[in-house]
Amino acid sequence: MAFTLKKLSGNNMSFRIIIEPGRTEKNYWNDLWRYRELFYILSWRDIKVRYKQAALGIVWAILRPLLTMLILVYIFGTVAGMRENSIVPYAIIVFAGLLPWQFFSNSLMESSNSLTGNERLITKVYFPRMIIPASSVITSFIDFFISFLLLLVLFIVYDYLPSARIFALPAFWIIAFIASIGPGLYLTALNVKYRDFRYIIPFIVQLGLYISPVGFSSNVIPGKWQWLYSLNPMVGVIDAFRWCIVKDAGNPLLDYPFYISLGAALLFLWMGIHRFRKMERSFADLI
Amino acid sequence: MNDIVIKAENLGKKYMIFHESPERYSTLRDVIHQKTKSLFSKKKQTAREEFWALKDINFEVKRGEAVGIIGRNGAGKSTLLKILSRITEPAEGYVEMNGRVSSLLEVGTGFHPELTGRENIFLNGAILGMSRAEIKKKFDDIVDFSGVEKFLDTPVKRYSSGMYLRLAFAVAAHLEPEILIVDEVLAVGDAEFQKKCLGKMDEVSKKEGRTVLFVSHNLGAVQNLCSRGLLLQDGALSFSGDMDKTISRYVSVFLVEQTARAWKKENAPGNEYARLLQAKVSDARTGDTHTFNAMNGFVLELEIENLISEKTQLDITYHLLDEKGILITVSSSAFSPETNYYSGGTMKIRTNFPGNILNEGTYTFSRLLFVMNKEIVLTEWNDVLSFKVVKAAATIMEGMWGKEGVVKINNLNWEIHSANAH
Repeated sequence: MAFTLKKLSGNNMSFRIIIEPGRTEKNYWNDLWRYRELFYILSWRDIKVRYKQAALGIVWAILRPLLTMLILVYIFGTVAGMRENSIVPYAIIVFAGLLPWQFFSNSLMESSNSLTGNERLITKVYFPRMIIPASSVITSFIDFFISFLLLLVLFIVYDYLPSARIFALPAFWIIAFIASIGPGLYLTALNVKYRDFRYIIPFIVQLGLYISPVGFSSNVIPGKWQWLYSLNPMVGVIDAFRWCIVKDAGNPLLDYPFYISLGAALLFLWMGIHRFRKMERSFADLI
Repeated sequence: MNDIVIKAENLGKKYMIFHESPERYSTLRDVIHQKTKSLFSKKKQTAREEFWALKDINFEVKRGEAVGIIGRNGAGKSTLLKILSRITEPAEGYVEMNGRVSSLLEVGTGFHPELTGRENIFLNGAILGMSRAEIKKKFDDIVDFSGVEKFLDTPVKRYSSGMYLRLAFAVAAHLEPEILIVDEVLAVGDAEFQKKCLGKMDEVSKKEGRTVLFVSHNLGAVQNLCSRGLLLQDGALSFSGDMDKTISRYVSVFLVEQTARAWKKENAPGNEYARLLQAKVSDARTGDTHTFNAMNGFVLELEIENLISEKTQLDITYHLLDEKGILITVSSSAFSPETNYYSGGTMKIRTNFPGNILNEGTYTFSRLLFVMNKEIVLTEWNDVLSFKVVKAAATIMEGMWGKEGVVKINNLNWEIHSANAH
C-alpha cells in the first residue's frame, strides 16, 4: 500500500502542467512520445478508411504511378530524346525516380490538408498537433509500398535483376521521409492560416515533378550548376534511389551534390518544425 | 489530502475581431491585397478590435473537489475549459495543474463513421488519452455500459444517433484521469442515459476522489454533482463559492427560470433548525413548471425538514420579487388567524397564488423565512425559485401602452361622467 501511494505521488509529480502564454513546452518531445499510441492509431485510421472507403483506393494507388511513369517515359524518352545510355530499361530508370517523388508529393498533399480535415479533433482535444501531419505521411507510405510492388512487377516484365544495392533502399527511404515531412509541416501550418494555400500546393507538386530528376538523370545538369540544382532535397533522394535500383547508375554518395541535398532536407525539416511549433498554439483559434 | 491541484492566476484570453472578414483564418490573397493597399495609402489598418473572452480569472481547486462552472452563453466557460485543456493558449496569466488531465469537451470526438463500433472505441479512447492496454482492460465494461454489443462490428454510420451517443459516452465514462474536465456534453442523449452518466461522474468525483470541473446549463445536474461553483459573467469571475450560493446568485443575476429544485439531506441549504429539501412552483391549472399563464395563478410547494424536536410555533414567509428586485408582496402563514405548532419532521407546505394578478415578467421567490413564535427568524433562504409569467392572450391594453405593469388590478371602479354633450 505504501508502495502504491508513493508511486502515485511520484506520478503526480511527472504530470505537472503549466500553462502560460508563449510557453514553449519543455516536455513537448516527451509528450510526443507519450502520445505515440495516438500516432499509431491515427495512421491506422487513415489507412483503414482510405482503403475501406474506396475499393478504388488500391487500384488508384497502382494506376497513378503507372500512368505517370508511362507519360514520363513518353515525354522524356521519346519526345525530348533523353533516353539514357544504359543497359537498364528506361521504364525502370524512370520508375526508380518516380518512387520517392510520388512519396514526396503524396506526403505533401496529405499532410497539408490533414489539419483542416481534422478540425474537430483540434478544437476539442489536446495532443501534440504534429501527430496529425506525421500520421498522414504514413498513409503515403502505404502507397509507396504498393508502388514498390509494382516495381517488382516491372523487374519481372523486363526480366531485370537488380544488384544487392537494392537492400540499401530503406536507409534512403528515411532521407525521403525527412525530405517530405519538413516541407510538409511548413505547408501544413501555412495552410491553416492561409486557406488559399491549398491551391498552391498541387502547383508546387506538379512543377516539382518536371524540375526534379524523375524523367531524366541529374547528370544532364551542367557541372557548375549542380550545387544549385541539389538545393532541391529530392534530387539527392532520387539519385540515391536510382543508384539502389539501376545497376549502372553512379553512386551519389561519392559526390558533393548529394550532401547539399541532404543538408537542404535537414534545413527544411528544421524550418518546418520551427514554423509548425510556432503556429501550433494558435491552431485551435484559427481553424 | 487538501492540496491544490489547479491554480489559475490572472488568466485572460484575447481574440482579435477583424471587422472586414468574418473568418478567423485569412487567405494569402487577402494578405497580399492588404499589403499592397497599405503600400500605396499610408493609412494604418485599424479595422480590428480586441475582445477579451476571459479576463483576470483567479481560482484554486483542491484535490477531489467537484467544481461547477456556470454562466450564460458567451460568458467564457468554454474558453476557460479550452485553456485548461491546453487546446488554446491564454493571452495572459498562469495555470498550474498537478495530475493527469482528461478533458471531455464533446462526446465522440474523432469517431469515424466508416469504422466499426469496436474500432471507434480504440480510436476514441486513444484520442482521449487512454493507452491501448488500458482500453483493452476496460473494453468489456465499456461495451456493457453502452449496451450496443450487438452492433460492435457495424460501422457507426449505421448507428442511430442514440446508439452513437451511448457508445461515445461509454468510452468517456471510463476515463480515469486525476483531473476530469467536462463541458456541456450531457445536454444530449436520452434522459435515462444522462442519469446513468451523471451517476458515473458522481461516482468518479465522490468515491474515487478525482477532481472534476464541470460546465453545464443543467443547473440540477451541476447542483447534484458539484460542491463548489464558479460563476462567469462577461469573461470575468463574478462569484465563487458554495455551489448552492453560486446557483442562487446566477438565478438572481440572470433571472434564469428555476422552477423546481431538490436537495439531498446532506447538502440541503439551511442550518441546525431547518433544511430546505424541495421547492417547486407550478402553474395552478396545468401543473406545468415551464409555462406560467398569467390567468391561471400558481402553486408554491415546499418541503422543509424541521430539526427542532420540541413542539414550537412555526411559520413560513416568502417574499415575491420582480425582475428588478422590487418587492411585489410578502406572504406568511403567520398572517392566518390560527396559530400552528409543529414538532420535528418533514413539513410539506403549499400555497396558492391566484391568477389574473401578476402580469408577464420574471418573478423570484426570495427571503423564504422559517419563523418561530411569529418573530424569531430561524433560517433564511434567498433566491429560491424564479419563474416567468406569460400573457394569456393579447389584450387591448398592449397596443396602447406596451407592458401592462407588474400587477393587474381587476376590481377598480371606473366612473365616467360626461357633462353637457348636447
